[in-house]
Amino acid sequence: MTTLNIVVCVKQVPDTAVERTLTPEGTLDRESPDGLINELDEYAIEEGLKIAEAHGGEVTILSMGPAKAADSVRKALSMGADKAVHVLDDGLAGSDALATSAALAAALTRVGFDLVILGSESTDARTGVVPAMLAERLGVPQLTLAATVEVSGAGVTIHRLTEDGYAVVTGSLPAVVSVVEKINEPRYPTFKGIMAAKKKPVRTLTLADLAVDTGAVGLAGAATGIADWAARPPRTAGVVVKDEGDGGSQVAGFLAERKFI
Amino acid sequence: MSSAPSARPRLDPHDPAGLDSLLSEEELAVRQTVRDFCADKILPHVASWYERGELPGVRELTRELGKIGLLGMHLTGYGCAGMSAVDYGLACLELEAADSGLRSLVSVQGSLAMFAIWKFGSQAHKSEWLPRMAAGEAIGCFGLTEPDAGSDPASMRTSASRDGSDWILSGRKMWITNGSIADIAVVWARTGDGVRGFVVPAGTPGFSAPEIKHKGSLRASVTAELVLDSVRLPGDAVLPEVTGLRGPLSCLNEARFGIFWGALGAARTCYETALEYAKTREQFGHPIAAYQLTQEKLANMAVELAKGQLLALHFGRLKDQGRLAPEHVSIAKLNSTREALEICRSARTVLGGNGISYEFPVMRHMANLESVLTYEGTPEMHTLVIGQALTGHSAFRG
Ligand SMILES: Cc1cc2nc3c(=O)[nH]c(=O)nc-3n(C[C@H](O)[C@H](O)[C@H](O)COP(=O)(O)OP(=O)(O)OC[C@H]3O[C@@H](n4cnc5c(N)ncnc54)[C@H](O)[C@@H]3O)c2cc1C
Repeated sequence: MTTLNIVVCVKQVPDTAVERTLTPEGTLDRESPDGLINELDEYAIEEGLKIAEAHGGEVTILSMGPAKAADSVRKALSMGADKAVHVLDDGLAGSDALATSAALAAALTRVGFDLVILGSESTDARTGVVPAMLAERLGVPQLTLAATVEVSGAGVTIHRLTEDGYAVVTGSLPAVVSVVEKINEPRYPTFKGIMAAKKKPVRTLTLADLAVDTGAVGLAGAATGIADWAARPPRTAGVVVKDEGDGGSQVAGFLAERKFI
Repeated sequence: MSSAPSARPRLDPHDPAGLDSLLSEEELAVRQTVRDFCADKILPHVASWYERGELPGVRELTRELGKIGLLGMHLTGYGCAGMSAVDYGLACLELEAADSGLRSLVSVQGSLAMFAIWKFGSQAHKSEWLPRMAAGEAIGCFGLTEPDAGSDPASMRTSASRDGSDWILSGRKMWITNGSIADIAVVWARTGDGVRGFVVPAGTPGFSAPEIKHKGSLRASVTAELVLDSVRLPGDAVLPEVTGLRGPLSCLNEARFGIFWGALGAARTCYETALEYAKTREQFGHPIAAYQLTQEKLANMAVELAKGQLLALHFGRLKDQGRLAPEHVSIAKLNSTREALEICRSARTVLGGNGISYEFPVMRHMANLESVLTYEGTPEMHTLVIGQALTGHSAFRG
């Protein structure tokens, strides 16, 4: 293989440090709070850049999201990615994981890829199923929850994080890989990277460009729905344990009651 | 865009001047990068570095700063990032919001040592040193001040004389930031033709840099003496492109630009700390933020921060247009450092007893600013510079 065509999927999510709100439909309000790159996606970008640096290749950022998501695309480019594709269409608002994977798969088919890298979940929806759905739709191997990724020849090998260690998983290229935060330490955008990002190509694709049926995506096409929702009850005062000789057993009892021990 | 009646403009307490709206997308990205770097790499450790008076891992840290492009960021070529003056100012503000010592490291490296070589060095000086300094592989220092020559550098005693084609450098420099960790020192000395700058590699025989201990300020920064005991340098060690005090003074002018932005960072941290504290600390049944006397303190902090930032940005834009005079720099250096120190002192009172604890950043910033107020021209010196520009009379010599 001469140059690897690496595509990293990047999602803009609301800043977890600020209060998030829901729309009347029960989906996350993506307009009001400041958007950031989903944290795990930064690890995916880093891994994509590292693989491209080691093996030769090009990194394309693929992001589906509202116009504001352009900020996250720009940041990914300033970290060093070569170009980007922004899937932007009002019809996509309210897409669930199934719908998202349909739109992303259409875009990936259109763009072409040897290796697709994603964060293993997003901090907003936290379903963690998009990488698997994507691989299924594309008909390529899925190597998920990677703590290491090695590309060699026409194959890819990962250490898949498990409860008590890791499993070594190998697949052929093209493939979809999702990464966990153990995998690397994402780089900071460099100043030169920030200036260079201004000139990197960003292609915008609509549902029509991708020939995706509008009924298959968005709120209308979502296979899952929000039946009901409630705000988390405000925090209540904690329990103060006064140690009068039996402090230890009181704390142990408290933890046991909540099934922590 | 139609605006609903409720969408009246509001003051953002974290940006009282509304500065963000005046910055470009790239400028915001530069600022965010430095802010994120400080949050990850500096803030978790800096209080303990300060308390111990040490900078462990400073070489690795300098390399990381270099990787982002922070070292000599406003210079062009030789691996430097070639950013604007405003970008440089914003970066200094974020660094100093973490600690003045860290900003000092970057100022001395980029605006004093690298700038001197970039502006006045030979081609050989530039290609030998600038790429390594930009990458943070080599650390630089800048020796102007002496035990008996501070505000009046013209009275310096350090001298360089010819011995065949070589130079022999003798004297002592005092209060030199980065001195004992530097790989290269730019040293200013008097010669038969006036003050000249010399590039002195740290290993040169006769050169030593004992660290200055017992500092009550800038403790997360390395400060040293430079001892020059008949240091023999080749003839080409002299910076060829400048003679006279204009050389070091033009470097100081660059560094002061970063300082007047930077000091506002220290002030911002103290203001934000005081604001948060005042909202949560209750006495006499209410948050102390609800009392007029506290509000006056917070309001004054916000007002001075807003004014200082707008002046910094305005002067930054002028610098990018090549229209910033040294006297402008004096105005902003004097204003920023003076008001930043006042903001920190006022913030300290808002925190009460906690204000003197290193558990909070206020006392550290306040003590740091005592150095920042003094170095690169004391308030008195900048006042005299402004006074001379206004009246035409020089009042430096009584
Ligand atoms: C932490 C730290 C780091 C430093 N880093 C460096 C460095 O990297 N490189 C370097 O070269 N220097 C460095 N300096 C030195 C700094 O620039 C000097 O301390 C500063 O210029 C003041 O000089 P001085 O300390 O000798 O004070 P002096 O010049 O002796 O001044 C003492 C007081 O007298 C006042 N004064 C002097 N002359 C007049 C006058 N004509 N009218 C009215 N008042 C007057 C001053 O304003 C001041 O208040 C550093 C200093 C510190 C504290």
